Amino acid sequence: MGIRVSHLTKHFGSFLAVDDVSLEIPSGDLVAFLGPSGGGKSTILRIIAGLETADSGSVFFDEENADHLHARARGVGFVFQHYALFRHMTVMQNIAFGLRVRGANHTQQTARVQELLALMGLRGLEERYPSQLSGGQRQRVALARALAPEPKVLLLDEPFGAVDAKVREDLRHWLRRLHDEVHLTSIFVTHDQEEAFSVADRVIIINKGRVEQAGSPEEILDQPTTEFVARFIGEANVYQATVQNGIAHVGALPVSAPGITDGTQATLVIRLYDLKFWRDDNGMATVVRTMTLGDRIKVEATIDGAGTIFSQFPRRSSLLKGIEPGVRIHIEVTMARAYPSG
Amino acid sequence: MKGTSVAVRPGRGGLAVRFLFILYIALLIVIPLLALISCGLRGGILQVWAAITAPVALQALTLTLWSAGAISLINAIMGTATAWVLVRYRFPGRSLLSALVDLPFAIPTLVTGIMLVILLGPQSLTGQWLAGQGITVTFAPPSILLALLFISFPFVVRAVEPVLLEQDPGEEEAARTLGAGSLATFLWVLLPPLAPAILSGTIQSFARALGEFGSIVIVSGNIPYRTLTAPVYLFGEVESGRSDIAAAVSIVLLVIALGLNLAARGIRQTKHA
Repeated sequence: MGIRVSHLTKHFGSFLAVDDVSLEIPSGDLVAFLGPSGGGKSTILRIIAGLETADSGSVFFDEENADHLHARARGVGFVFQHYALFRHMTVMQNIAFGLRVRGANHTQQTARVQELLALMGLRGLEERYPSQLSGGQRQRVALARALAPEPKVLLLDEPFGAVDAKVREDLRHWLRRLHDEVHLTSIFVTHDQEEAFSVADRVIIINKGRVEQAGSPEEILDQPTTEFVARFIGEANVYQATVQNGIAHVGALPVSAPGITDGTQATLVIRLYDLKFWRDDNGMATVVRTMTLGDRIKVEATIDGAGTIFSQFPRRSSLLKGIEPGVRIHIEVTMARAYPSG
Repeated sequence: MKGTSVAVRPGRGGLAVRFLFILYIALLIVIPLLALISCGLRGGILQVWAAITAPVALQALTLTLWSAGAISLINAIMGTATAWVLVRYRFPGRSLLSALVDLPFAIPTLVTGIMLVILLGPQSLTGQWLAGQGITVTFAPPSILLALLFISFPFVVRAVEPVLLEQDPGEEEAARTLGAGSLATFLWVLLPPLAPAILSGTIQSFARALGEFGSIVIVSGNIPYRTLTAPVYLFGEVESGRSDIAAAVSIVLLVIALGLNLAARGIRQTKHA
């Protein structure tokens, strides 16, 4: 089922949580709402689920207005950040709940629960209580419970936020596989970029209650349309410089700034991996130090006449040859984004 | 492993301290209990039977049991509702209301009785108006219920409140998104985790009501066969020098109260399992 949201606005007291948000999610897509905490992602998700009421604006399911529909009638599966499993019910009773309230008979309930237990790899845990499960198992029970009544849409609010890194990694793969099997229109909220880019077909960047950009992971990474997105996604060097003849000079480092009016200030955003360093005694910068980050090496250098610049290379990259603290280097910018300074 | 256990291996001085405390508790609690039981059973079990089946005593016990039962039921419902309002809603005067809930425990029960008589007695305006409607409250069974409700009100509220505070509002929302209506959400999601606390609070208020004396002796009129409750009956027997009969009837109250106490403990423990 496709979802369309049109001009949603929501205040909490005087705080504007959602500011005129419109977006469209085609049927069968797996979409991530990505953005900093408190940016309104969860609120939009909860409005779609009918758990919050918007001050204004509308939610459509397959072009049918759902504003008047109670949460229980929306056919939405919702997975909560802290699981929200029913503590006094077993795994089996938790998963069967949505079927039970719809009046499914015992045979139907058992059949569907068994199917989901198998799908989620939860066999053998039927009689356990939530308190007897690990974080990852609880999250999968929460998913199974949401999927049991065969919802038309699956909404996940920071679904992997409360489990440790290794389990989170597994759950991601697992959510992607699940989606590839059942093709349920799904939205998940996250503040973790890696999670958004590795799992979703499309990423919607939300900040301060507004949609900053929507697109495929590649589009967002390579063509950030706003300065916020450019800064938010990935680690980046950010400089202010005046543009002359399409070139901004960051100290001794020239950076091309297409589309910026000559003589005006621009904000330059350069990704750590969009830089090349090589040893050159007549270079424009000096290496300050190198840091080993597991499989990558981060290099810190000082540009003559400007500040610090960071770059990042694979651990055994040939680009690292001769790069050590104190040496002079030449810097080449392979890609930079320039935004008019506002 | 410091700090993991409170128990330490005692030295000689420690042993002496323990012995002293055991002795203190024995003198304070166990010996009087044994004295009561031995006095009550002195004439044999048949005499206990005779004492409690004497018409006045039986009537008093029955009145006490049913009134305690009735107010416990009311407390179970109203106490849970009060805890709900205190936990779930934010409104002006909420902390004042919370303080008021505890007041019945702070007021001496005799004072409670006096308050009710002043408010509803035959001399009061309310009492006269009620009498005009054909309703007598004081010196009649309703006054017993009112007094008991007043003194036992906090039990269920205070038992349920912490459990409600712990409850994740997400469970309710989950139930809604899964298609449950208000009634199903209440019965299947909200109520079951509260049940042990409600039951434990209800048992506590029942046990408390069984022994209530101060407020009832003032409001009920203590009319044998009508408004005489077991504790007041016991008092009368002791006053008339028949402490053996008082002891025999006491044993009945004692057994019920201890049994309930054990039950409440058991419920609290399974709740934390």
